[in-house]
Amino acid sequence: MVKYILKRVGIAVLTLLIITFLLFVLVRIMPGNPFPSERMTDEAIAAKREEMGLNDPILVQFWAYMKNVLRGDFGKGTSLYNGAPIKTVLNKAMSNSFKIGGMAILLGTVVGLLLGIVAALNRDKFWDVFCSVFSILGVCVPAYVFLIFLQYTFAFKINLLPYFFDSTAFLESSVIPAISMSLFTMSTVARFTRNEMVEVIDSDYVLLAESKGMYGWQLVNRHILRNALIPVVTVLAPLIVDLLTGALVVEKIYGIQGIGKLMVDSISGEGIDYNYVLALAILYSALYIGIMLVLDIVYGLLDPRIRVSKKGGE
Amino acid sequence: MKVEEKDKILDIRDLDVSFKTSAGTVHALRGVNIDLYRGETVAIVGESGSGKSVTMKAAMGLLSSNATVNGGKILFKYKDENGNMTEVDILEKDTKWIRKNINGRHMAMVFQDPMTSLDPTMTIGMQIIETIRQYKDVSMKEARSMAVELLREVGITEPEKRLPCYPHQFSGGMRQRVAIAIALSCDPDLLICDEPTTALDVTIQAKFLELILRLQKERGISVIYITHDLGVVAKVADYVNVMYAGKIVEVGNVDEIFYEPAHPYTWGLLSAMPDLDTDDSRLYSIPGSPPNLLHEVKGDAFAARNKYALVADFIECPPMFKISETHSAATWLLDPRAPKVEMPEELKKRIKRMKDGVKNDD
Repeated sequence: MVKYILKRVGIAVLTLLIITFLLFVLVRIMPGNPFPSERMTDEAIAAKREEMGLNDPILVQFWAYMKNVLRGDFGKGTSLYNGAPIKTVLNKAMSNSFKIGGMAILLGTVVGLLLGIVAALNRDKFWDVFCSVFSILGVCVPAYVFLIFLQYTFAFKINLLPYFFDSTAFLESSVIPAISMSLFTMSTVARFTRNEMVEVIDSDYVLLAESKGMYGWQLVNRHILRNALIPVVTVLAPLIVDLLTGALVVEKIYGIQGIGKLMVDSISGEGIDYNYVLALAILYSALYIGIMLVLDIVYGLLDPRIRVSKKGGE
Repeated sequence: MKVEEKDKILDIRDLDVSFKTSAGTVHALRGVNIDLYRGETVAIVGESGSGKSVTMKAAMGLLSSNATVNGGKILFKYKDENGNMTEVDILEKDTKWIRKNINGRHMAMVFQDPMTSLDPTMTIGMQIIETIRQYKDVSMKEARSMAVELLREVGITEPEKRLPCYPHQFSGGMRQRVAIAIALSCDPDLLICDEPTTALDVTIQAKFLELILRLQKERGISVIYITHDLGVVAKVADYVNVMYAGKIVEVGNVDEIFYEPAHPYTWGLLSAMPDLDTDDSRLYSIPGSPPNLLHEVKGDAFAARNKYALVADFIECPPMFKISETHSAATWLLDPRAPKVEMPEELKKRIKRMKDGVKNDD
């Protein structure tokens, strides 16, 4: 198991390094200018480029950048926020996105799992049909449609929740975005859990367990859940990252100062802010790889077929 | 034969089961009768889809939720906790009662495919222990040593070391031994083996059958084999039920079925057994395929594939004609009014060879 984890960690670090380099190169060959060019003279831009070392060979630049990044310093914005340090801006944005995303994940996974389990245990009955209709809706309708619907109903019509995000009333104002963002995850998890459960319920080993005299919750708990949930863990990774990094459109519409909004701003501002784009892209990759790593390890812990090697038997 | 004096533990009467499917209602069992006496072995033989497994699943209370029992009785006799002989009709009890009182206590089952019938995420030790603790009030430690004993009994070496193993670490033969250990852990009166050797290597098959025979003798268990392998039947069974399209078409003891088969379907099954000594290089198979049970069958279900079929076979379902005390078959050929029809010449020769073979072995 230790070998398995070490191997996974090694692969994760290597992947992240390669991705960072590729991103670094890609950002630099991207058309456009890193500075707010309308407000600066050509001479000023040239001086700024020289100052930032943009004329150095790319490997030299990468080396210098990596040294800073490893110290946790992503540099300053080239055009955004008048060159405020990225770390401060990013911290604020991450805090907003992660909190709302975290709520959406919690809501989506817990409700999704419950719905899937209830549907599978009541196959072809009301809850099963409800689950499939709900899943199709949740997967097909984009989060921002739900957002607008919730905004209209609960903020505009009955004035229960705030109309826009307000960091002074964090909890109330994150209800609407969290719910609308969670629906996709909820539907995916519900549908997947339901299908896996049904497959396990029909399996020979559950039949064997029943022939041993197990029934009801005991059967579900000991033989069905564990086997059905192992595959569910794998689909969770991309869903979690998507939610943590903030839904671009939802953040934009609801006015949340989060990572998604920051990403849009850093590309569509006066200039393409090299350092923001890079920092955010690295953050996305690191999150994705990190969560994949954690889930790989969880997966290994849950599934003996991965954890325990063949030896021991004949 | 003093049949009446023997202790009948399972008595399936006119069992009639249908399944609701998206294509319509499938009439899977159309009146099945099976008797099983204590300590004996009965084989149920038939093609895939003839209803062998459904019959046994019904007996175990394991029918899927789309099944409807239209009629019949499954009487099971066992000694209850107080030591009294009790007889219940399984069909009258609800699932919870069956799980609590019958499954894992008095009836156990071994499934066809050992690769899929063990829980892949639970150690084999735990899978045996939980079965033991299901019905016996013993501590983890006691259950553990009982599990070790069971594994030793089914012929697994170094059982202590095997307890913390997972099924994927075992070979198919070892997994099937574990499945037997699980089945035995509840000390059952009746063991149902659903094609237990089909997924095993031929070399392991014989060992496995011997294992069950030995355990059966030691523990006095009654065994039902569901199989389509007549080789297995000849080796282990006392009585044979030949099943076709949801009905028992011929029943008898092993000698009667193998040496004096009366139903044309049994003739077909015996002829279809591969044989080295035959002069004919072609492999015989019964022409056609079993009827689709989505539609009600009129007359004898086998009539359409039967070259000896009489007009009556297409009109009315034949009753069981008694040939001897233990042997009967459902075919109009046995009716006194029917023309005299002999089994095919090739099969006669083959039966003669089988008889000679047995004599030579002795």
